Order: sequence, then structure tokens, then C-alpha cells
Amino acid sequence: MSTAPGRSQASSLPLGGKAHRAEGASAGTLPTLQGRVDAVVIGASAGGVEALSVLLPALPGRMDAAVFVVLHLPRDRRSLLVNIFAPKCAVMVVEAQDKEPVARGTVYFAPPDYHLLLDDGPQLALSVDEPVHYSRPSIDVLFQSATDVYRDRVLGILLTGGNQDGAAGLDTVRRTGGVTVAQDPLEAQVALMPESAIELGAAEFVLTLADIAALLRTLVQERAR
Amino acid sequence: MPDRNFEIEMQLFVDAIFLKYHFDFRSYAGASLRRRLRTAMARFSCDTLSQLQDKALHDSSVFPLLLDYLTVQVSEMFRDPEYFLSLRKEVVPLLRTYPSLKVWVAGCSTGEEVYSLAILLREEGLLERTLIYATDINPHALQRAEAGVYELERIALFTQNHQKSGARSSLSDYYTAAYGRAVFDKTLRRNVVFSDHSLATDSVFAEVQLVSCRNVLIYFDRTLQNRALGLFREALVRKGFLGLGSKESLRFSSCADSFSEFVRDDRIFQKKGAV
Repeated sequence: MSTAPGRSQASSLPLGGKAHRAEGASAGTLPTLQGRVDAVVIGASAGGVEALSVLLPALPGRMDAAVFVVLHLPRDRRSLLVNIFAPKCAVMVVEAQDKEPVARGTVYFAPPDYHLLLDDGPQLALSVDEPVHYSRPSIDVLFQSATDVYRDRVLGILLTGGNQDGAAGLDTVRRTGGVTVAQDPLEAQVALMPESAIELGAAEFVLTLADIAALLRTLVQERAR
Repeated sequence: MPDRNFEIEMQLFVDAIFLKYHFDFRSYAGASLRRRLRTAMARFSCDTLSQLQDKALHDSSVFPLLLDYLTVQVSEMFRDPEYFLSLRKEVVPLLRTYPSLKVWVAGCSTGEEVYSLAILLREEGLLERTLIYATDINPHALQRAEAGVYELERIALFTQNHQKSGARSSLSDYYTAAYGRAVFDKTLRRNVVFSDHSLATDSVFAEVQLVSCRNVLIYFDRTLQNRALGLFREALVRKGFLGLGSKESLRFSSCADSFSEFVRDDRIFQKKGAV
């Protein structure tokens, strides 16, 4: 499932199925992240560019965590994501390279047609293993590998999309003790992706983009507070 | 901190496989290896990696199947068509100057890249004077590569890629469709030697003008990457060519100084003249 910028639905209403919240998922209240998070992993598909345009500019310039993003993309084109987001962000925005050491305060995008994984170091790793949920890069692959390296110090965020990729990965983040957030399906351009995570019980928090942006603003360095 | 038990088990597992079967995964990149081992655990209904190790050691039917989980990358013909277009436009004119040619496809898996290169070389009139070494550590993958049979449903993509690679013919000239499969022309592999070779434990076996090794090094750690690149450097003639995957580079490798960028965007490098 992939959507090019500008081709997504104009409506902000959910398209697929009913949107509902899982038992125990809290809406509206923000988790406390202070000192808890070293890695933020974000997954999105259809409608993702617009959603990320709200979230990534909210990242504070002095941020302790590193941010890793999988956005489903057409596979045979060079990605323009860095060109789109770098000028809008206070933090560094780059395309992930294999074996690159992770730098805090940086946003890494998965390149098209490669899985992005986190490896010991921590460093980045790429693979051409089979697509997961028809997707390469896959959100599940990123999220699951993040928990191998960062254990419970992960914030997982699953956004709009018409694909079930990411639900299992978000659940792994939750089971490993990380913080998990799904975008409110009622405002997601395409509801299926966050809904799948909520149905699986993977999302501890179901939040609007505005609330997720507010949450990301709290990632500012301890000593800068 | 990673899951301590799994990390211990993973170390023991790769040691066990090396001791028993002499396949060396000890220097593979951790992230992909973890993922593949977990997939294999699910496939063989094992709750822990120790259980999988038990099966791998004591049930001889398990290891060949397990090896597929650990090694096989399903590629496609003419993956990254721009790479093949650059080979055609920039590298082939120089290859043409050699009276005979040797090409090494390292980590050829199920052979898609081998047939792509063979077709390209035939289109350029070079295949008849070329010997292609197609190597991999997985005997099952090598068998499939040698058979040259691919599912018909993959052919549409292969054809698209081939066209974008500057094709001078139609891909359908090279295969026969039967029973949902495409069987590739066996004359394409008349000059191909399929052979078992490990970049982790074996040494150089020939002098070649071109090495194509794409999306293999990303599965290795830095030490093993350096070893493999050292083999390529040794195998290549002066001014020989090395093609890597679109996200692979020689930066930070111990061989960076031995190569120059030949077609930067498509990751084609040239071995420098002076040694």
C-alpha cells in the first residue's frame, strides 16, 4: 500500500470500517516520557506525508532521542522525504544508511525498497528480506528490531494507513515495556492501520495528531529543561 | 540492553552451526540474523532458539531447510534497472576491449542476477567470450539458480525492469512459459559455472574483470564486509569493476582507498591502477 503525496484523500474522515477504541486504551491523556525514551519509531502508509508534516516539525531542536520513520512508498523511485522534511524540522533529517551509527537528535527515514532495522551499537541496518504485509520497508520490521536494541526505551507511534503493517510491531513495543501510541482512527486519513493496532490491544494511547505533536515536544533534552 | 537470553542463545547457535556444518554466520549483522532466526523458530515451532539449535544438531533433515531461512534473498531480474543501464553504457564499452572476460556474481542466491547479466552480455555481443562464476553458500539456492526456472507471475516485473535497463531485445526471447513457470534458455548458462563459495571462509579462485555483489554485504558485519571486499580486490584485474547494491558503499571499509567511484549513483566502483 503506498500513496504519493498529493494523491491522498481530501476528506479527513476515516475511510475504512468503524473506528473504535480498545479496552484500556486511554484517549486524550498524554504519557510522561521524561527520561524514558531513547528511540522514537514511527510508521505510516497512505496519508503519512501529511501526518508527518504535523509531527516532525514538532520535534525539539535539542532532543535526546533518535527518530526512525518507515513510510510506505513507491519502490522504484528515489525518495524525496528528506527534501520535503529537512527544511521544516529543527532536527537533522536524513535517509538511513547501512551500518551508520545512530546519532541522537536525528530523524532517519527508511529508504525505498529496503527494510530499516536497528542493530547493536546502536547502529542502522538495511535488508532486502521479503516484504512484510506487502511492504518493504516494513513498520513491523523496524519496530521489532528497535525493541531488540532499545528494550523498553522505545516510543512507538502508528499513524494513518490502509494496511495492517505495524500492528504486530507496535504490540512488540508494548510487550517489551515501551510506550505505544496509535493515531485516533477518527481523524486518520485512512483508519485501517491504527485500527488494526488498537484491535490487537497494542496501543496504550490513542491520540490525535495534535496531541502526538504535543507529546513529541516533551522529548527535549533533560538539561535543556 | 538486548534480550540477554536470546543474545546468549544466538551466539551459541552460530557456534554450533559452524562446528557441525562449517557454515560461518558468526560475523553476520545481528539485526537481520535475529529476525531470520525468529522466523525460523516460528517455522519449526520452537519457543526458544535453544530448541531450534537442538533440532538443527540432531535432525539432519532440518539444517538444509534452516539454511534457506538464514541465507536466501529473493531477488528479481534486473533489480535496480539503472544499475544495469550503467553497466551497459559505462562498463560494457571497456569490457569490450578484453579478448576474453570473467565475471563473478558473488552471493548469487537463486540466480536472478546471473541471468540478468547473461542476457545483458548476450545483447551486447559479449556473452560468448565471457565466463561467469556464480557462487553462493547455499547448495539448494545454487541448484535453483542452475535450473533457471522462475514463477511466471514474477515475469511481468522482470520484463519491466529489463526494458528500463536499456534492453536491446525482449525478455520473452529468453524463456519458455510452461505450467505457470518461465524456463530460461539454457544457452544463457553455457558459460556459467555455479559453485559453492563462502565469502566468510574461502579464498579467491580466479582473476575477473567484473564482480557483482549486490545486497549481500548489508548482511555482514564490518569485519566480514572487509574480508569480502578484500577478496574482490584480489580477484579483480587492474581497472576491474565492482558493482554493489544501491545502499552499499565502500566508505569506512578497509578497501576504500583501493577503488574509485566509477558510476557513483549506481554504486559501480573501479579498482585503482596502482597497487
